[in-house]
Amino acid sequence: MEQDITLKKEGQGLAFLKPMLVKLTSKFQQGDLISWLKKSGITILSIALFLGLWHLGSKALYNKEANYKIEKALTEQGQEAADAERACIASGDSSCQPNTLPAPSQVWASLQSLIADHKVITADKAAFAQKMEATNEKLIAQGKDAIVYTGRASFIDIVLTSIKTVFAGFLLALLIAVPIGIIIGLSPSLRSAFNWFIQIFKPVSPVVWYLLVFMIVKTLYIGDSSDNAFVISFISVGLCAMWATLVNTAMGVSSVDKDYINVAKVLKLGTFQKVFKVILPSSLPLIFTGLRITLSVAWMVLIAIELLAQSQGLGLFVWEEFQNGANDSNSKIIVAMFVIGIIGFLLDRLMLMVQNMVSFNKNEGV
Amino acid sequence: MAYLELNNIYKIYGEGDGATEVLSDINLSIEEGEFVAIVGFTGSGKTTLVNLINGLLKPTSGEILFKGEPIIDTSHERGVIFQNYSLLPWLTVGQNIYMAVKEAFPNESKRVLQQRVKDYVAMVSLSPAINKRPKELSGGMRQRVAVARALAMNPEMIIMDEPLGALDALTRGNLQDEILNIWSKDKRTALLITNDVDEGIYMADRIIPLKPGPNATLGPEFKIDIERPRDKTALNDNPNYKKTRNAIIEYLMDIGEARKSVSQTEYILPEISPKSFVA
Repeated sequence: MEQDITLKKEGQGLAFLKPMLVKLTSKFQQGDLISWLKKSGITILSIALFLGLWHLGSKALYNKEANYKIEKALTEQGQEAADAERACIASGDSSCQPNTLPAPSQVWASLQSLIADHKVITADKAAFAQKMEATNEKLIAQGKDAIVYTGRASFIDIVLTSIKTVFAGFLLALLIAVPIGIIIGLSPSLRSAFNWFIQIFKPVSPVVWYLLVFMIVKTLYIGDSSDNAFVISFISVGLCAMWATLVNTAMGVSSVDKDYINVAKVLKLGTFQKVFKVILPSSLPLIFTGLRITLSVAWMVLIAIELLAQSQGLGLFVWEEFQNGANDSNSKIIVAMFVIGIIGFLLDRLMLMVQNMVSFNKNEGV
Repeated sequence: MAYLELNNIYKIYGEGDGATEVLSDINLSIEEGEFVAIVGFTGSGKTTLVNLINGLLKPTSGEILFKGEPIIDTSHERGVIFQNYSLLPWLTVGQNIYMAVKEAFPNESKRVLQQRVKDYVAMVSLSPAINKRPKELSGGMRQRVAVARALAMNPEMIIMDEPLGALDALTRGNLQDEILNIWSKDKRTALLITNDVDEGIYMADRIIPLKPGPNATLGPEFKIDIERPRDKTALNDNPNYKKTRNAIIEYLMDIGEARKSVSQTEYILPEISPKSFVA
């Protein structure tokens, strides 16, 4: 029976795509292109406006800094140095470029260079693996660890590490918060016992959570040379992000519609049946709302935590590029900013989809 | 001894100054196989009375005896059809009924139980909708599911709390016939709570008005001496029907008037008129 339910749920979850598809196809069938163009036209126009403003803004900042540099050369070293500086800036030479907000075109170029860099590193890795294949086989035969590639990570690897960390943290949050939420939602006395705990630890900042996790994990890993940055960062992310799920689950479980409880009583369901067949299904929508908040919080705190934990993810990437101060560092930071934003948006959409799948209207059964 | 007996039932909500006495001095006895209707205004405490009888609530004082035993909890012997259907929206029609059947017959095999579900879904003619969820059904269909769920547990007594209140007149009439059909098949005891006098007269053997609350109590009973099966269209010409109907409505009007006159305070309005901005 249980399995039956979940199977049907999935079917229902996909069914919501149907009207959207029908809408899309019928739109073109009806030849109603104008309204579609109007809608997407506004979006495209706003993007173009945004890029234009960004371009103008960065140009203004660029000119301000360039003028300052020339002015400075003039007052400190005289006319000749100022002319040289002006020529240098105009020639586009990287040694004297103003280091300010990059223009959209520079960011685009950086994205392409990061992708090209990824291809180079992937090729490197493959070559390295091929070269070491024979040696590694021998090492493994001798019972030793194989030699692995330890070169720098490419941008794509960094993004994947971040996503991995977020999902590990999210999973941890889910495994901690949902069961505890259910238990304290069911028992009012446990709820008041846990309440102070939740109220105090909920507002604690991600940085402090990181420090706490660091203290504990560092001691647990003592004498172990392996890299624990990933472990520390995903645990910190999980602990930071789990509160929304914990509170929502407890609330959902404790505020089940009285009609459903009456049904459970009249049918004389046992405690187990009552919890799993009535209380949990009816609080699923709230639990998933909590999980959605948890995932977006996890992604948001991830950047700060990776930076602190020196975990090879986007947070560290941004920080290192800032410290680096190379000519294209600023535009790489902006690339990372967009990647963070887009992934965060996609994660939220994903959760929204799952949430719509499990939720039902309160009045549906009534 | 009667099948169901309510003796001097009082139900008080709240404590101290905030206490409201919803029901006072309710006395009722129902014989086995009888169909009794309780008619009352909305807000007169009908649902409280129903919840006392099905065991969801406990009376503040007085005793309720079911087959001579005091009611202390809900029981599978008394099936309930709720006012708002109360189907679980995440389960299909079949699953909603299966859940009830499984609880009522824990020792039966899955196959037997599923057959029972199918039979009862067929009985309320919803077989094509067995795999649908409540949200895909109309109000009348949902109520039929609720009827099937209550009856599939094979209760000795059916308690109906305004089961047809939210339905349109046509669906209502059809469902009244369906419920009567099912009831007449094996003459279970039935208690119907309603706000519709005609529904009560059409379906029940006895009608008892509930005086409006707070302090709601039962009024004098009216026997319905109309032979079954009753014909809805012919009912209008039945002198017995007219007489009973008029008597009940007169009684309800009277107590309605009495309730109004209780709180008849005269309010004196201040003599003010809108200011004239023209002059």
